[in-house]
Amino acid sequence: MINAIVGGSLIGIAASMMLLFNGKITGISGILGSFLNPEIKDRNWRIYFLLGLLSGGLLLRYYAQPEVFSILTEVTRFDYIIAGFLVGFGTLLGSGCTSGHGVCGISRFSTRSLVATGLFISSGIFSAYIFRIFRGEF
Amino acid sequence: MKALITFFAGVLFALGLGISGMTQPHIVRGFHDVTGQWDYRLLGVMVGAIVVHAIAYRIILRRKSPIFETSFYLPTKKDLDRRLVGGAIIFGLGWGWAGICPGPGIVALLSGDVRFFLFIFALITGMLTFHHIERKFFRQGSL
Repeated sequence: MINAIVGGSLIGIAASMMLLFNGKITGISGILGSFLNPEIKDRNWRIYFLLGLLSGGLLLRYYAQPEVFSILTEVTRFDYIIAGFLVGFGTLLGSGCTSGHGVCGISRFSTRSLVATGLFISSGIFSAYIFRIFRGEF
Repeated sequence: MKALITFFAGVLFALGLGISGMTQPHIVRGFHDVTGQWDYRLLGVMVGAIVVHAIAYRIILRRKSPIFETSFYLPTKKDLDRRLVGGAIIFGLGWGWAGICPGPGIVALLSGDVRFFLFIFALITGMLTFHHIERKFFRQGSL
């Protein structure tokens, strides 16, 4: 639990740096989604941030315990493809993911983000439940 | 300087995701699995991040502008429309299914595990599909 809170605080600090220096909301789906949008002009800061994310991943790979990237063994490759598509499409349609709505939006007391976060946690719970039924665990 | 700080914020964000357990889908799944052995650690991540950012946000917004820009870029929409509701539900379905959201998915690419690559490849496809549909239909006001 300590790790969760310490890691969460780092996420909060990173989001605050983005706001203080660039005036931007740190929403990962928004940053990646806009980066992929052919009509977007201001692409540079998004590239720097995404490169930072990947470099952080590199540090984790070499300095953290190997289980930092543990993956669900009961989830098939096909499941990851389905899930990835839903996450990509859903986050752009709903203007945010766990970081943009769940962290930045709730910190601003935004009603839209509170509603979105409640919805994606609820449908996440529903989805995990259906997953177990599909795998015959109930 | 701006590039360096933005890059560093990305590194810090990734380390936060790694340390907090967000790059371990079983912890995320455990949080969604309320009917099984509920793992409430993800709640700790959100509380930690929100407490820090909620305080910092209020202090930062006392400034007239951010350090490297002339104004803050904050969302202005207030209405709870169908896109917000539908999008959040669709995102949650995918999140609960594999236990990965966009940030941890990108960071975990460095594991070299092909399954994370499949996830991000599909995620990018989903985003490009959205851009395509939006250009074609949404702007005509049909949704």
